[in-house]
Amino acid sequence: MGLETKPLSTLHEKASYDPADFDVPNGREEEWRFTPLSRLKGLHDGAAVVSGGGVAVSVEAAPEVTVETVGRDDQRIGKAYVPADRISAQAYAAFEKATVVTVPREAVASAPTVLTFAGGGGVAYGHTVVKLEAMAEAVVVLDHRGSAVYADNVEFVVGDGATLKVVSLQDWADDAVHVSHHHAQLGKDATFRSFVVTLGGDLVRLSPSVSYTAPGGDADLTGLYFVDAGQHLEHRLLVDHSQPNCRSNVVYKGALQGEGAHAVWIGDVIIRVEAEGTDTYELNRNLLLTDGARADSVPNLEILTGEVAGAGHASASGRLDDEHIFYLQARGIPFEEARRLVIRGFFGQLIEKIEVEELRERVMAKVEAELAG
Amino acid sequence: MSTLEIRDLQVAVEDKEILRGVNLTVRAGETHAIMGPNGSGKSTLAYAIAGHPKYTITGGQVLLDGVDLLELGVDERARAGLFLAMQYPVEVPGVSVSNFLRSAVTAVRGEAPKLREFAKDLKAGMDALSIDPAFAQRNLNEGFSGGEKKRHEILQLELLKPKIAVLDETDSGLDVDALRVVSEGINRFRATGETGVLLITHYTRILRYVKPDFVHVFAGGRIVEEGGPELADKLEAEGYEAYTKASA
Ligand SMILES: Nc1ncnc2c1ncn2[C@@H]1O[C@H](COP(=O)(O)OP(=O)(O)OP(=O)(O)O)[C@@H](O)[C@H]1O
Ligand SMILES: [Mg+2]
Repeated sequence: MGLETKPLSTLHEKASYDPADFDVPNGREEEWRFTPLSRLKGLHDGAAVVSGGGVAVSVEAAPEVTVETVGRDDQRIGKAYVPADRISAQAYAAFEKATVVTVPREAVASAPTVLTFAGGGGVAYGHTVVKLEAMAEAVVVLDHRGSAVYADNVEFVVGDGATLKVVSLQDWADDAVHVSHHHAQLGKDATFRSFVVTLGGDLVRLSPSVSYTAPGGDADLTGLYFVDAGQHLEHRLLVDHSQPNCRSNVVYKGALQGEGAHAVWIGDVIIRVEAEGTDTYELNRNLLLTDGARADSVPNLEILTGEVAGAGHASASGRLDDEHIFYLQARGIPFEEARRLVIRGFFGQLIEKIEVEELRERVMAKVEAELAG
Repeated sequence: MSTLEIRDLQVAVEDKEILRGVNLTVRAGETHAIMGPNGSGKSTLAYAIAGHPKYTITGGQVLLDGVDLLELGVDERARAGLFLAMQYPVEVPGVSVSNFLRSAVTAVRGEAPKLREFAKDLKAGMDALSIDPAFAQRNLNEGFSGGEKKRHEILQLELLKPKIAVLDETDSGLDVDALRVVSEGINRFRATGETGVLLITHYTRILRYVKPDFVHVFAGGRIVEEGGPELADKLEAEGYEAYTKASA
């Protein structure tokens, strides 16, 4: 495994808007080795051309927030993020319209701004920019549903002193394929809170990344996934600390059940020479509820400076603990309910972190439905 | 009036025979103490009755009012009226004490208690056992001290009101005050005269608060001697040596 020993910083240095700059993946590359390429429906090799109903974007915006649909030539696109892999570049090369969400300087959005991405079948590419100007505050929801083969890039530009809270819900139909990059660029003293919930889809590969342009940035990336039989749900996180005194905290938890349920979690954190005083922690936990489910969990921490405030990671995958279940059952609680209590406990306060009540309840209901089988 | 009847119970753990024919009958209104050296199989007896999956029943019966508990699942046994206070209560992360207790009470009673009533019962139960009300919001047994865990076992006993309670070393790890508080809880549970108690212990200390009607000496996976409360004093004075030699 020569690739694995390669430093993260070199692994992630490739970036281009042009898909031709990336080789078509063959599955042996470090960044593709967990992904079943044959189920990507051609997103990775150029075979997936735009067709069918596509993905319709609808918007419910807070009054303080502007949402525009713009063409490829809009100057605000591609400023914060350069595609980092073949599918991301493919999405960048192929999208027709982009959605640009702007929260003006010092504006505080009085309600969540909800972008709904409804798959209507077929192949589609997309691009979204969410830009918070200095000192602005907003909650943005990306709600993915329906059926599609969809690749997109989302740029979150969080200005100086601004606070952006994002909830991204991947609640696709069973046959959907979604490959997405979420990149957050944090300005001075900016705050970014991301909550990712991935439940539906045949294959979902979501790569959230964070970069800092000035000191004081603070990023919390939280994720929750529930993988059923046959699903491949992959989350690849990258936090690139290149500025002093920034903070990041990553917590992803998933439950898996059924034959062929496959979760992949990659947590890459780079602390560069100049990023003194960095405070970072990443955690991934997987709960394997049945035989035949598999979780791959790979935290990677590359520290290039001697002056960190804190840096750690933890990863664990395991089964429901028989002793926990026994204790609850010994108090009369039936097995199914004991199991639910323990799984709810495993996800713990994660769900409570979702900012939008309506969404919190929807996610809670979804998880309950998953638990009910 | 309930009766727990253990008949010639034989139990193995990982193919190792531990219990070699245990016979014991506990009737409502009675308190039985089981005393015996480390490793003699006391907890094995308790867990086997409760249905812990680690223990394989290789022979015998356990009847609660004529119903063979060994045919029932763990939760069904509890709902039938059996309670096991564990020697080492399990920490269950993410599940709060109050949520757990409400689920357990609902399961055992067959209907959800009225919220207000439950809150009142819980508070009264916690007060009686000198448990800080803040514990209700904590995760079940997580980070509890040994003594705090034992108090919570007795809290559950009082809330669930079983017919027969098996208390596995509920006294170990308790300081004098906690021992008194916990003993009072057990005595409240006994006070109706309609419940039976099987109390496993190493020490006569707790037997001064919770007076047993019968004392059984356990060694080598079976009961080797039986008597009244005076037997406990004899054990305290002489130790188990005579029995361990005999059973070896
Ligand atoms: N998982 C296991 N594998 C092998 N042996 C076991 C296992 N669990 C228990 N035993 C053995 O069974 C025997 C009885 O154990 P048990 O816990 O019932 O004793 P005990 O009388 O409760 O002891 P103590 O007074 O220390 O609580 C011991 O020899 C113990 O080592
Ligand atoms: Mg024991």
